[in-house]
Formats: sequence, C-alpha cells, structure tokens
Amino acid sequence: MTEQVRKPLPHDSGPLHVTGRARYIDDIPLPANTLHLAFGISAVARGQITAIDLNAVRAAPGVVAVYEAADLPFANDVASAPVHDEPLLSTGRVNYVGQPIFLVAATSHHAARHAAARAKVEIAEETPILTVEEALEAESYIEYPPLVWSKGDAEAAIKSAPRIIEGRIEMGGQEHFYLEGQAALALPQENGDVIVNSSTQHPTEIQHKVAEAIGRPMHAVRVESRRMGGGFGGKESQGNALAVACAVVASLTGRPAKMRYDRDDDMQITGKRHDFRIDYTVGVDDTGRILGVDFRQYTRAGWSQDLTLAVADRAMLHADNAYLLPHARIESHRLRTNMCSATAYRGFGGPQGVVGIERVIDHIAHDLRLDPVEVRRVNYYADRPLDAAPSEGGVAPRPAATTPRDISGQEMDVASRGAAGAFPVEGTPEAATDGQTTPYGMKVEDFVLHRLTAKLLESSDYAARKAAIEAWNANNPVLKKGLGFSPVKFGISFTLSHLNQAGALVHVYQDGSVHLNHGGTEMGQGLFQKVAQVAASRFGIGMEDVRITATDTAKVPNTSATAASSGSDLNGMAVKAACDTIRDRIAGVVAELHQVAVEEVSFADGMVRAGSNEMPFAKAAQLTYEAQVSLSATGFYKTPELNWDRLKGVGRPFFYFAHGAALTEVVVDTLTGEYRILRTDILHDAGASLNPALDIGQVEGGYVQGAGWLTTEELVWDGKGRLRTHAPSTYKIPACSDRPRVFNVALWDEPNPAATIYRSKAVGEPPFMLGISALLALSDAVAACGTTYPCLDAPATPERVLDAIDRVKNA
Amino acid sequence: MLAKPRHRRFSGLQHGERRHSYAASERHERRNGNAAVMTNMTLSFHLNGDRVDLTGAEPTMTLLDWLRIERGLTGTKEGCNEGDCGACTVMVTDESGPRALNACILFLPQLQGKAVTTVEGLAPPSGGLHPVQQAMVDHHGSQCGFCTPGFTVSMATAQLTGETDHDLTLAGNLCRCTGYAPIIRAAEEAAAKPAPDHLPTTFKMPVDAPGPAFQPETADQLAAWYVDHPEATLVAGATDLGLHVTKLMRDLGEVAFLNRCADLKGVTVTDEEIRIGAMVTWAELLPEIAPYHPGLAAMLRRFASVQVRNAATVGGNIANGSPIGDGPPALIALDATLHLRQGDTRRAIPLEEFFLDYGRQDRAPGEFVEAVTIPRQPDRLACYKLSKRFDQDISAVCGCFSITVEDEIVTAARIAFGGMAGIPKRARNVETALLGKPWTQDTLVAIAGEWETDFTPMSDMRASARYRLTAARNMLTRYLLADLGQSVDVLEIEA
Repeated sequence: MTEQVRKPLPHDSGPLHVTGRARYIDDIPLPANTLHLAFGISAVARGQITAIDLNAVRAAPGVVAVYEAADLPFANDVASAPVHDEPLLSTGRVNYVGQPIFLVAATSHHAARHAAARAKVEIAEETPILTVEEALEAESYIEYPPLVWSKGDAEAAIKSAPRIIEGRIEMGGQEHFYLEGQAALALPQENGDVIVNSSTQHPTEIQHKVAEAIGRPMHAVRVESRRMGGGFGGKESQGNALAVACAVVASLTGRPAKMRYDRDDDMQITGKRHDFRIDYTVGVDDTGRILGVDFRQYTRAGWSQDLTLAVADRAMLHADNAYLLPHARIESHRLRTNMCSATAYRGFGGPQGVVGIERVIDHIAHDLRLDPVEVRRVNYYADRPLDAAPSEGGVAPRPAATTPRDISGQEMDVASRGAAGAFPVEGTPEAATDGQTTPYGMKVEDFVLHRLTAKLLESSDYAARKAAIEAWNANNPVLKKGLGFSPVKFGISFTLSHLNQAGALVHVYQDGSVHLNHGGTEMGQGLFQKVAQVAASRFGIGMEDVRITATDTAKVPNTSATAASSGSDLNGMAVKAACDTIRDRIAGVVAELHQVAVEEVSFADGMVRAGSNEMPFAKAAQLTYEAQVSLSATGFYKTPELNWDRLKGVGRPFFYFAHGAALTEVVVDTLTGEYRILRTDILHDAGASLNPALDIGQVEGGYVQGAGWLTTEELVWDGKGRLRTHAPSTYKIPACSDRPRVFNVALWDEPNPAATIYRSKAVGEPPFMLGISALLALSDAVAACGTTYPCLDAPATPERVLDAIDRVKNA
Repeated sequence: MLAKPRHRRFSGLQHGERRHSYAASERHERRNGNAAVMTNMTLSFHLNGDRVDLTGAEPTMTLLDWLRIERGLTGTKEGCNEGDCGACTVMVTDESGPRALNACILFLPQLQGKAVTTVEGLAPPSGGLHPVQQAMVDHHGSQCGFCTPGFTVSMATAQLTGETDHDLTLAGNLCRCTGYAPIIRAAEEAAAKPAPDHLPTTFKMPVDAPGPAFQPETADQLAAWYVDHPEATLVAGATDLGLHVTKLMRDLGEVAFLNRCADLKGVTVTDEEIRIGAMVTWAELLPEIAPYHPGLAAMLRRFASVQVRNAATVGGNIANGSPIGDGPPALIALDATLHLRQGDTRRAIPLEEFFLDYGRQDRAPGEFVEAVTIPRQPDRLACYKLSKRFDQDISAVCGCFSITVEDEIVTAARIAFGGMAGIPKRARNVETALLGKPWTQDTLVAIAGEWETDFTPMSDMRASARYRLTAARNMLTRYLLADLGQSVDVLEIEA
C-alpha cells in the first residue's frame, strides 16, 4: 500500500452528498419546542429610528417573543473588528438597507418571516453615503489616514521614464452565493451552557461572540460545525449574527432556537467582496519594463469595519502580483459607506490588487504594441533556480522574539482577522536589502512563473493561436475573438501573523481505528479528506480506519478561521504533530517488545514493523493500551519565519507564494456585447499535491468563480442604497454553459521549497485569480475593434463590453 | 418591512388583478369553512414508490416545505426558494414521462395523481448507488454538496429520458464550487449507462377524490366556476405565482389549479394555424414548434431553465402580462391571436392588443386564456434574447423579428420586443419605415431614428435605457447580416 497522501481520493462526503444524506444545519432534526427566528430589517440606508410599532408582529400567528436592542441581556455586538461597531440589533441608528432592527421568535420559520414583515418602523431618513466620490467628499473613512506603502521613489522613476501611462479600473464586488444560506441552531444546556451548531468558517469567533452575548465564559459555549454548503469567506464573520441571536433566545427562553436566512434576506443583510476603484500611473521603458508605478486603491467597506483593514491590506500586498517593481507607491483608501459591510471573499483583497497590476500590464502592452505575455515575462520576478535545495523541514525559529503583549481587558476577538489594526508590532521588521524584493520588502525566493509560463504557452499552443485569431478577426466584422493570459503569485499566510497556528486532537482506539479532529472547517474544499490522508499516512493505515469528525470548539480550542487558504497547511501540520506523538509512543512500546531501537519501528501498509517482526496496526494499538501508554494526543503548529508591520508595509507577511497561470480565449458579439468563453488552459502550482483530484477541483471551481466575478456577476445598488440584485433571478453567477467550452487544467507538480505539510501548497484562493484572464481576453477582443485601449471595467457585462466596443470604434 | 417589488420571469400563472387582504381571523374562518367542505378532499400521489394520501393539505404549501418539514426528507435543499438555483429539484412523473421540477415553487395540488422521486429515492431499493450518483462521486462532482441532490435528480431525469445535452438539462442547477467541469464529466459517463428500472418512465394513478382546491378537469368546468369566482387566483405552472407565496408572502385567497384541464393542453397544427393550448408548457412547445419556427425553439432553449419550462405554461406567460416575458414578443412577431373565454363567451384578439399598459391587460373578470393560435406562414422568425448570463436569465431585451423580403425589398415586417416598454410591444414605426425599402445596411442606418419613436425603455438592474435601445437597433442589424449569410452567432464559434 502506498501512502494515502498524493492519492486522488474523492471527497469524504461524496456518497452522502449524492444521496441527500449529508446533513447541514437546516437538516438537523429539531426538538419539538424549537423556536425559529427572523430579523426585521431596515428599509432605509441611513437614518434615525423615530418610532417602532411591533404590536402587529407580536400578534401574528405563531409568534412567541419579539426582541429589540434593549431586550438583549448582555453584549449587543456581533462585530469581528475590535471597534465593536456592529450591534446585533440597531440601537437607533440605521446604517444600511438590511440592518437588523428587531428579532422575532416564532413556532416556525415561515411564521417568523411573515410576522417580521408586519412591523411599522419609522425612520428619519438622511442622505446616504454610497459612492466612492461621496465618501471621499464626506471624508468617510474606516481607517484614516489612507495607508501608504512605498518602495524606492516611484514619483521620480515615473517622471524620468521614457513613457508614462495613466488609467483607472473599476471592479465590482461579489456576492458569495454559497448554495446553503447562513444558518445556526442553539441548544440550551444545563447550567446556562449552550451548544451552537453553526454554518461557519470560524467556530472560535462564534464561541467568543456567543459567550459575550449570553454573559458567560467561553467554556460555557460549545460550537460545532460538520460542514458548510459553501463558504468562500462569506461565513468567516457573517454567521455571527445568527448564532448570537439563536444563543440569546435559547438563553432567555430555555428553548432551542434556530435561524436561517431566506436567500433575499441573506443577500441584503450579509457582506460581500469589496469593490475597488484603482487609479494608476506607470512609467515604462520601450520594452515594457516597469520603472515605477503609483497605485491609488479606493474600496467601499460598507457601514462597519469587519475585516476591511486586512482585506485592503491584502489588496496592497498583491499590487505587484508576479512583477518586480523597482519603484512603487501604493495608497489605500478604506471608505465607509451606507451599504452592507464588505467582508472576506476568496482571495481577500488579493484579486482586486492583482486586477490592478494586470490592467497596468495590459495597458502597457496595448500602448506599446507588444505581446502582453512578453510584457509580463519582462517584468516577472526571477525564477528560483531548479537546483536550489528545499528549505529545511521542521519549524524554524521566529526571527524577532516578541515579548508577550497585555491584551487583557480589551474585549476584542483576537482570533479574528478583523483585529488586524489592533496590534502594534514589536521588533519592527526591516525590508530585505538583498535579492529581489516585493514592494513591502519581502524577498521572493520561490518564483516559478517563467518556467510555468513557458510550459503553459507550449501546451496551449499560444503563438499559433494568437496568429490564427488575428487572421480570424480580420475576416469577421461582427464577431471578434480575444486571448487573455494572466499569472498569479499569491502570498500564503494570515497577515495577522499570530493567526498562523492550529491545533489537532487525535485518538487511536484499541482496535486501531483513529478519531480525527482539528480546528479547520469543511466548506466543500475537501480539507477533511486531505487531513485524513495525512493522518492515515502517518500511521501507515487505510482511509477506512480514520474517522473524520465535526469541528468542535470543545475538542480543539482557540482556532483560527478556515481562511487565507491555510486550512490544510496549518491543520495538516497540527494533525501530523499529534499523530507523530502517538506514533512515537506506539513505536516505543513495540521497540521494547521486540528489543529493537525505536528508530527501527516503521508504519506502513496497515502494519507496524520492528526489525523482522511485524504486526497489524490494531494489534500495536492494543499493546500500547495494555502497556498503559496514552493513545490520545493533541498537536500544534505555528507557521515559522513571519514578521510583518502592516502600518509601515514592511516585513515578511507570507511563508511562501503559490503560483499559476491561465490562458483564456473568448468570442464577442460586437452588436450586443454578448460573449462566450471558448477555451481555457491552466497550469497551477499546488506544490506536491496532497490530493490532485481535490486540488484540480479547487482550480476549476476557482477559475469559474473568478471569471464570474469579472463578467456576469453584477451588484446593483440604487440611489437610495437598496441592493436591486438580491436573489439569483437578478444576480447571475456562472451557470453550467458558462464554463469554458474547452477546459484544460493541470497541476505544476514541483514540491514546495518551504517546509509545508508533505511539501504541498495552499490551493483555495490562488486559482480564483486565474479568472482575470477572462476579463483580459474580453478586453483583447474589444481592442480588435479599433486602435485605442478599451479600458474595460468589471464586471464586464454585455452592456459594459458593448460600451467599450463603442468607445474603441468611435475613438 | 422591505417592499420587494419584483419583476421576474412571469411565466406560468394566471391570476386576478385584485389582491386579497383578509384579516388573519377572517382568513382563518374562511379556511376552516373550506376545510369543512373539503373534508373528503384527498391529494394522492406517489413518493419514492409509496402512495401518499393527504387530507386537509394547505393548497399553497410547496412540495419543498412538505418534504422537509412534514416528511423530514431533508435531502431536497432550499437554495433560493424562487426556482432559480435548482437545489430543490425533484423528478415528477406522469403519463407524459419524467420531468425535473423545482419543488420550492410547486404546490401540492399540482402533484395530484403523479409520482414524485426525490434524491432519497434515486438509489435502487436493493442497495448501491444510482449510476448518476456513482459517477458524481467518481468524478468529484460534489464539493460542498449542497447543490448536489438537485444536480443528481436533474441528471437522473435526463438519463431516464435519454437527453444528453447536459448544458440544456443542467442550466437550471447552480453550483458555486466546482465550475461544472467535473459534473459534466459525471453526466457524460452516467448517460452511457442504463437507467435503474425502479424509476418509473411513465406513471398514471386514478384519483379517487378531488384535491384540496378546485381542480377542474375541463375548460367548461373552469369557465363555469370562474364566472362565479372571478376573484379567485388561477394557478397554471406556478413558476411565478409560487414566488407570491414564498417571497411576497401573500395569501393567494381562493385558488384553482388548471393542471388537470386536459382540453387546455396540446398543440394542434393545421394548414391554417398552429393552435397552442393555454396549459401547454414551454418544454412541450419546444419540440412541437421547432419544425415550423426553429428560431423560436432556439430561443426557448434559453427561456428560464428546464425545471421552469417543465412547469411554466404558454397561457400563464401571456396572462401574467409581464413586460419581460419571452413568450409574447415571439408570438406577436408571428402574428398570434389570443383566445379568451368567459363562461360560454369566447373572443379572439391579436395578441399584442391584450397588453394595455404596465400591469393591465384586456381581460374581464372571470375571463381566462384558452389558447393562442399562430397563422401558418413561411418561416422568417428570429428571436434574440439578451441577458447578462447566457442561460437561465431574464431578458434585458428580447427582440423577435419576422421580416419578409422579396427581390431584396422589404415587403412585410413584424418586430416585437420584450424589455423595451411596460408591455411587450411592436416596433411599428421601424416596421413601417422598412416597408418598400432595400434590404441593406444603408436602409437600417437611414431608419435608425425610428427606434426612439417606438421605444423609451427604462434603466434598471438588468440594463440601462441607452444599452437597451442600442442593442435593440443592433439586433435588426444582426437579423439582416444573418439573412445575408454572415457569421453572427457566438454559439457557432469554436476555439
């Protein structure tokens, strides 16, 4: 039997998914007296509540209780950020359409929804701040002053460059559209404790917020999450309100309480990807080499801070994407607006930053009449030499030992990325002075995109197809084809460095079966299976002997969100540590039995071997138990070598980079702006993949989701701040036929030089950015209609494409 | 709290103009009163092979709620509760065969006498997995798994009917994780395998008693009843009316279900006309109309989704009066006649005259759509549906053209649009301007100013007024260029 890692095993829940037996929050059988909750929400984007009449709500059939802010017994706070700017229920101010004002508890989901609609709420409306321009005018900021990071002297470099190009790109936000809406269930226990089942990426944050809301220590709250029906970042902080509401009602009534949002409510209440406007000025030489670049990033954060600081930081951190920028200045404006609070979404600001620089490169190539792929290669960081040795395994020491900070009494959620702005950095890092560095002073030592790009261009037949498309376009007046190439270099680690830790709990039973638990959550990405493959490999046993269990704050405490693509990196390592502890104990027992050195004991093929002796793993487990040695262990892991100062924009925020590249071909109808993706070729760097099938699934799915963000997924708010696209009838994620007609996806199977779990790489977010190639391909097709640069904004709906075509034709 | 004005697909319902707003107690009494009358009223259907007889069922309870809440069958998921995501897809089989339907906007009485198969009923009773389920596991077709039951039911239905155009059969199932590629690989593998024999390919069950709402068997019964109950809501396919319950949370008041009216179904073709019964679904019409007007059939492939086309009716799409339904502009371009009936009185009007103004139609109380007829004609129809997403989206603009050209001169023109006005509307000034002109691009340029005289479209979340007008004008160019043999269809292009 070979090791379980590297095998393309199916998702562990596959058979449950296809038979409808996989259980989500809404499928959990309920105690008979369960209450169902619904929020009454604001219809006004900004104002002061002047009167609330809830009599009709209370009188509605099935209503058991109605709560306003004043009825809440303890903290009225569901904020991720330490600034406590998100009350569960409004205390008088309303700051966006969809903000919860009151809470209905009724005997059924429908009764609660129907009742909530009967309220009479009077609000003195004020003019909402909605656009970037309005927010700048009003100096409405989440963080002030705007953050500025610099490398070298961008202004001087641009001024002295042979050519200067300026432009602006606007890109919309994105609704997560997890198929399973937000949901939570709270079960009251004796002694005032509560068990919460939540569809969440961050059980510890749920635990923390619930504990504060019911006025109990965290030990009184147990949060369990078996699986989510999709997360994509939308369940990192946005589940807080439901879980807290359920726990408070359970606490007040002694009855179980459940809440799930109707889809329209979900889309109006919860946050989405941050939209961005990026203004750029770049100085280049005649080969397209960037000499200096200046970015001004503007994002609408919505009404509260949530995770905005960390998201906007990551947009700045990816302003270079794959390119060595000798001089760069990046300015970031985080604007407070009267809309739902923008939040985590796959890529976490990274995609927005990458779109900025990819636009710049595309603009340069067009204006200089150069092949955009060549302009990219001219600007790439240098590859890591093929013969370079991998980093040492094991845990490297942290560079600057930091003295513990006193964070007591701050009442902040230190396990949230929302706390990004709350920690001063001690032992301030310095920018690297040798080698190639990012705009934030981190050395780039593991770059592979030169050779990866060469291979992709060859396998996708780039040169010949580019020529063929030019010829085709010359003969087709109405339809135009376009090609778009985009690479990605994505930084892996939480940028709030202390979050880069994970725990695990592993039990081996006397029969050799293994019970596995860790702090990561399963949202479809296959994390549980990958980590189980690690556990099976450490013990040399089959997958059937490893039981995957729900994430549970009572088993593994103080977890970080399953986010930042970190799930398998962190939890795989923690599980490995736990397994190795137990394995060493078993080895000790077996070594003593057979009188061999411990190092001579091996675990493989379901057997434990000691010299010439061997026994089944189950037998070894039984012997270990009889020897009165523990078969249970925790494991812990923290990512080494990180040191980062977000305010200065200097240091090493990432353990390593993951890479990939995509080439997309489209056809555009120049009469209506409609288009189809004809073919996409992808080569993606997953390191030495833990599970190539699951990783390819992340790449295919990430690409389509990324392409959706930049093409059909349009969020439309009206002049009163009302979201007009709050259901799948009006908000259009890619459907089946929107996937590329030809879709070739392969993994770049080079082991990670950094000492990650089995030398694999994180794969959750990086491939999302490959969807940018679709936007570039559309721009290329539009550019074929004339000679000027299309300046195509995103999402590139047929309307925006036709507008761009008209601009190019009429220039 | 929030007003939610909605303009969506508007297909498949017929309902009265007025809205009921009973006080809760009044409604309660009324229901109890009805219940007294309906004590013996039984709803009978099969669920995963077992007969179900329900008495006292609420007529506007959705199948999804009944499955999940009443039966504890939680495999069928609620993703959007408006028929747009397909997570709740179930298979419903009757004499005409198995169909995929959205359980979230399917009222229980619509199941009378039919067989329902949910995801729990796909696997053979003898054990193991359905070939579709096995293929989905083997090809990594599920990630988060929440959409998966809906996909497997859609795929199993297609496998049973032999439909292998997976883009067509899966357009109504949204997946946010996989990017669809592995699902298609699974569908392709499963299509080559035999369907398990425990799933019925047709189903017929005699119904012992009337169901929990008025469910006429004939148009005569409906006509007589509706005259006496002019304020009742007529339910055809419920693909829009379902949302009045699930999203607008309205009480529909007294309802009648038309799905058992056999004489409102069927497509009849004579030398003079094509007659389409009001209760013909768009899925049923598609193959019937394809030989005569392939352009309409092509557009219907993009009309909502399979699940919606399987429920939504031609009559409902018209009677509903939506300005953005895709059916009326196509039918108007074909010079269709609408046949209305009130009691024993029938009248026929040109379809376009039915639409008076936004939200207002030429329909008297107690009057309903019986049929629509299309005169037989040489096929010149092309339908251009324009939306943000190619499949399963509501049109921003739907332009339908039927222009006759003799000796390179335009001799007749019928052009109708959805999405350009408060009603489906003809481009009469453009039509007039075209007549007698050479069929060339120069003519289209010369008459370009007519478009503004025909239409003043609005801006909304689907498109701006400016884009609508430009696209509408360009659609005529596309029609001309296609007529001249130019390549204008992105669907025909390969990499």
